[in-house]
Amino acid sequence: MTPHDWLVIGVYVALVVAITKPMGLYIEQVMEGRLPFLTRIEGAVCRACGCNPEREQDWREYALSVLLVSLLGAVGVYALQRLQAFLPLNPQNMANVTADSAFDTAVSFVTNTNWQGYGGETTMSYLTQMLGLAVQNFLSAATGIAVAIALVRGFARRSSVTIGNFWLDLTRATLFLLLPLSLLIALVSMQQGVIQNFDAYEEVATLEPTSYQNPRVDDAGQPVKDAQGNPVTDPAASATQTLPGGPLASQLAIKMVGTNGGGFLNANSAHPYENPTPLSNLVEMLAIFAIGAGLTYTFGRMVGDTRQGWTLFAAMLIVFAVMAVAAVHFEQRGNPAFVKLDVDQSASLLQPGGNMEGKEARFGIADSGLFAAITTSASCGAVNGMHDSFTPLGGLVPLFLMQLGEVVFGGVGTGLYTMLIFAVLAVFIAGLMIGRTPEYLGKKFEAYDIKMTSIAILVTPALVLVGAALAVATDAGRAGVLNPGAHGFSEILYAYTSAGNNNGSAFAGLSANTPYYNVTLAIAMWFGRFAMIVPILAIAGSLAAKKRIPVGAGTMPTHGPLFVVLLIGTVLLVGALNYFPADALGPIVEHLMMTAAP
Amino acid sequence: MLKLIRPAVSLFVVLSVITGLAYPLLVTAIGRAAFADAAAGSLVMRDGKPIGSRLIGQNFTSPGYFWGRPSATSPLPNNAAASSGSNLGPLNPALLAAVKQRIEVLRAADPGNAAAIPVELVTASGSGLDPHISPAAAAYQLARVAKARGFDTERVETLVRAHTAHRLFGVFGEPRVNVLELNLALDAAH
Repeated sequence: MTPHDWLVIGVYVALVVAITKPMGLYIEQVMEGRLPFLTRIEGAVCRACGCNPEREQDWREYALSVLLVSLLGAVGVYALQRLQAFLPLNPQNMANVTADSAFDTAVSFVTNTNWQGYGGETTMSYLTQMLGLAVQNFLSAATGIAVAIALVRGFARRSSVTIGNFWLDLTRATLFLLLPLSLLIALVSMQQGVIQNFDAYEEVATLEPTSYQNPRVDDAGQPVKDAQGNPVTDPAASATQTLPGGPLASQLAIKMVGTNGGGFLNANSAHPYENPTPLSNLVEMLAIFAIGAGLTYTFGRMVGDTRQGWTLFAAMLIVFAVMAVAAVHFEQRGNPAFVKLDVDQSASLLQPGGNMEGKEARFGIADSGLFAAITTSASCGAVNGMHDSFTPLGGLVPLFLMQLGEVVFGGVGTGLYTMLIFAVLAVFIAGLMIGRTPEYLGKKFEAYDIKMTSIAILVTPALVLVGAALAVATDAGRAGVLNPGAHGFSEILYAYTSAGNNNGSAFAGLSANTPYYNVTLAIAMWFGRFAMIVPILAIAGSLAAKKRIPVGAGTMPTHGPLFVVLLIGTVLLVGALNYFPADALGPIVEHLMMTAAP
Repeated sequence: MLKLIRPAVSLFVVLSVITGLAYPLLVTAIGRAAFADAAAGSLVMRDGKPIGSRLIGQNFTSPGYFWGRPSATSPLPNNAAASSGSNLGPLNPALLAAVKQRIEVLRAADPGNAAAIPVELVTASGSGLDPHISPAAAAYQLARVAKARGFDTERVETLVRAHTAHRLFGVFGEPRVNVLELNLALDAAH
């Protein structure tokens, strides 16, 4: 860690603290319908769509509405991919996407995961990107926010049957929160150099021709291999470069602010067209946390005690800062295998040094390690460097942050509702220790609520660990691995961790665009999303119906440093108990091998 | 259930039109009006023809040009139509082999240079299209470029400095040299 590394993390943390309250206030005003001008618009939209803005829904109807819109979205994205060759805005004549890949991608974007088995610039038409993928970036993010607000209403209300109107919540989050923020970020991004056009890819003559080995393919388009199984290549030369196009800035903006993370281009935010400068990178990093951090303040306001919100915020920020420092630290130490090759990995005023494999020169170590921690604290999954090439412990940071359930600010909405579930669990554990019925924010947690809490907490580890175990045990699963040894296992574990937690980042060496991975990862993504949302809405309904008990002498305070520690402890305990054995077989073994190497 | 279908379908259509058509078209219109150069890909022109993009790295191998980051795109390096990193793990023998091979090529191009090689010159970038190198990586290649072109090293150094960008507010990002622009300036200096 250089002083500069500390400075980058410190300034970023300060900026996150600074935007939390204004963001939270605005979210509250929008989501609670306090701004008269906006309520007129949302009312009109709602009525035009055949819903009554005055009528609220109970939790079952709310959950059903969530599922319906998600299902429609999945069908829409699937259809657009399968038909894109016949549709407009396809200047590169992209073929229709295969059924298994289209299914995987549809589920991926509807669940706010944005796991990508495909490369954007080689697969998707502009229409599919903007009308399919980008729309789901908006709607899945808005759904997450709506569910979080519904859960907070459950805490804030007393003896109420309803938890809100999903149609209204979806409209509010999309039009008044995500859309203006996206527009702002899109404009800044374009100013910095992000592309936005509908042109065909442009072939330009390069300054110097490139000679290379071109893999030979047979008539069926399959690579030809020699007797040893190595691909046969022919010498070739190219004097041109093909520059991609597309409506990128508009999609980039919502990809960050909605914590979706699916890159328009294959290299995601490592691509200079998708993240050209340190300023665009800073804006992207702040956009990822903006709503997630703001929602903690919104929560405090809505339950009438902002200390409750700051307590969650503090727990999140502490875990985040520690993990960000760890990521930058291990990446800055570089790769010991290079030392004896006379490669200079030291940081100086002239170079960042460290482990630069898979990283961009303009971001260096600090901005890449920090980005990795941010994108996996939140359920974003955009990357500005390749996590697969991180050092073993540097790569363990994003893996472990996802395994904690993405409660460190988390996805928009999902971070708050998952953290609230952990807060309930923390209160429950504390209640067991002193022999009292657990209560949080004046609500008693009874058997039904704790059952739902347990489901919400256990569903992702089950999906991740079973999914990874099956992949390791089958030929189809093992076939996708790129790197040998422990790192290959990490690739598989990372994939299911990312899918089950709806993150979407990858150890991208894994060849995941196969029927096996497309189907199993889609299952993990779907249940990782909706097997959380339904029990959480059930808790919201159950809580809303309860009375609020006044604070008494025996009430455990759920604000302040003690509860911060208790909450962090609960999150770490659950995460470590679930995943330590698996992590030990991957990154931890690899680290021991790396440091023990002669 | 049935009474939910109408709002679900209508709202899905309305929000799709707004976020999936109106919004990207609005951004495109603003981009064309206010940031035309960037929105079109930041093309660099020479003699009235595009010679690449300022943001997209190109492959350089002759000693008279500065070389950029190694690129792991396939089938050829710096393939802007299919961005990609190597995704090789830190212990992968293939990574070590690639690094050794890059070191050999760098040493062969500049036999007199015994300095340690900056790590960026032997490791593949994340996108495979990194347009920049660090000032250290430029300094390492300075003597070779100057010699191949018959320039004073001071003259090349001045050009490098003119194409070096600094950190944002002294904090974010890294000092960096744009390789394509620097090489174009070298050509223009003849």
